[in-house]
Amino acid sequence: MTRQFLRHGWTAGLLAILALLFVFTKIIQPDFGTSGLDSLSRAMLPFAFATAAMAVVVIAGGIDLSVASMMAVAGVTAAVLMDGAGDGMTAVAVVIVLLVGLTMGAINGALIVITRVPDIVVTLAMLYVWEGVALLILNGPGGSATPWLRELIVGPFIVPWLPRSLVFLAVCLVAVWVPLKRSKLGLSIYAIGSNDLAAYRSGVSVGRTRIAAYAVCGLFAAIGGLTLTMSTGNGEPIPGPYLMASVAAVVLGGVVLGGGKGALLGPIIAVIILRLVRMDLTLLSVDPNVTTIVEGTIMVVVVMFGGVLAYRGRHK
Amino acid sequence: MTSETTMFKSVGRFIGNNPLVPLLILLLVLVGVLEFMRPGIVNERWIGNTIKFAIPLAMLAACQTLTMLTGGIDLSAAVAATISAFVMATQVPIVGVPLAICIGLIPAIMIGMVNGFGVAVCRVHPLIMTLGTGLIATGCLQVYQRFVIASGSVIPDGLAWLGTGRTWGLPNALILFVPIAILIIWAQRRTGFGRLLYALGSNETASRISGVRSWQVFLALYMLSGLIAGVTGLLYVGLIKAPSLSLVNPLLLPSVAAAVIGGTSIFGGRGGYSGTILGALILTVLGTLLTLLQMPEGLRRILFGLIILTVTTTYIRLTEQSR
Repeated sequence: MTRQFLRHGWTAGLLAILALLFVFTKIIQPDFGTSGLDSLSRAMLPFAFATAAMAVVVIAGGIDLSVASMMAVAGVTAAVLMDGAGDGMTAVAVVIVLLVGLTMGAINGALIVITRVPDIVVTLAMLYVWEGVALLILNGPGGSATPWLRELIVGPFIVPWLPRSLVFLAVCLVAVWVPLKRSKLGLSIYAIGSNDLAAYRSGVSVGRTRIAAYAVCGLFAAIGGLTLTMSTGNGEPIPGPYLMASVAAVVLGGVVLGGGKGALLGPIIAVIILRLVRMDLTLLSVDPNVTTIVEGTIMVVVVMFGGVLAYRGRHK
Repeated sequence: MTSETTMFKSVGRFIGNNPLVPLLILLLVLVGVLEFMRPGIVNERWIGNTIKFAIPLAMLAACQTLTMLTGGIDLSAAVAATISAFVMATQVPIVGVPLAICIGLIPAIMIGMVNGFGVAVCRVHPLIMTLGTGLIATGCLQVYQRFVIASGSVIPDGLAWLGTGRTWGLPNALILFVPIAILIIWAQRRTGFGRLLYALGSNETASRISGVRSWQVFLALYMLSGLIAGVTGLLYVGLIKAPSLSLVNPLLLPSVAAAVIGGTSIFGGRGGYSGTILGALILTVLGTLLTLLQMPEGLRRILFGLIILTVTTTYIRLTEQSR
């Protein structure tokens, strides 16, 4: 019982904070309802996918600084392919974008494995490369998104209070993450994250697993870029502020930098919390710049607190 | 005959012991390519300009080098530099130049102090800690900007002279940079503090057991990093002459790249500042080279990224072999 609680304690704590925040939102804005929930959930989508992408590689013991740039590449690819395309072509375009994401991630992973250069450095260099690729595909905002694809994330789903975008997020994450986590590959990803030498000696192919982890990261980044194009209706080659935000949410979500621990649920709840805090502060008509300070402070304080807890735990 | 073989051996050992040599060769090759593409471009004026733009990058990369020696990184350095520059420029009309410079450096040191506290006492990963303080500081800067928007900003003549002026063909910024560089190189090689940095980077537990008070070292290190970043900001605003809210931010990732190209290991314990200076020069020359090539912006960025990757890979291979 206690072990179960400790194991899920962080996620449970996050959920409690989230619930408190929703109550708080309802108090300061009594008519906060379906439309507010809908816009919150739609604004959160790209952040959520960026965070999921980052979470997978962090669990595998790495980090990917090129997430935002890969999202930009996926976004412009989608926008260019869908420009003037029919409904059937759109489906093909989506598949192509996902494949592009997988390939970009796999290239990142393969470079890390082959060159044996630290992952931070490789993905830092690849950040420029993907940024350049995005600029080559589309030199400025342009392209368009097919209407039916855009409607996937607008409006409610079955019941009026459930935003369609939230369902979209849940379906995408579950469809990729649950089979992955149950598979041998998922176990290997956790294994190389906690101790790659031990994993190697237990027969895990470390290099191949690492490449696969980065490929999954690229896949999530591609979905993130796709949602970006879906919500704005065009492609934007300049990467958004998703890199820093995703690292923050991953750490807040209880994934340990260095690997081997955590899951996707915590980081996703952390994303919702961060977006909700931002929305609450806007509702309170606080200066948006103060919002940045508050976000940063939350992140730093939580991480410091977590650090002290972890340190105490080790030394007991 | 025997003296010749020993000479060859000593040359080999010399390269092994001086990992700077391949970097220097790379720099010269890049300059050679530039001269080949545009004959006559490499003159006194061009060298002066290159050095002028490499100096702020090299100084910001000093923050990365020093923190990387302990296995950390300082992602708040660019924000700290920007804050120093902006606060200084907006305080000059109110309190005068000398006081404004002091006031400008305070926030940079405070950012460093918070970083140091988080890393040393709370054991937060430096990447996360400096990322967070960078975010907070950016927000604070934006709020601060609202209060001083009326007072306007002035770049002191002294800083503009330091940033853009030149004496006998050499940029004046060298007057500031050379002592700082010598001080950093001397400190990392000859002082106890420098050796503690290498020790903590190689094996933190071992050095702690040997009696190193790691929290004091980390606190001092990150405050020093903040201070260097602040000075960089002051110099850079003298060069650019227009304080803005994202003044130094574009230099952040290149500063990490400069330290990495210069042979400093991101895992700590290996590298040094002299390599970083060469790294900054290489990046600046590379920037000029890519600007001269008539190609779209996207392709230029791709090349920039690929070259960083290739150089780092080759360099790691070279130094691995020599050990």
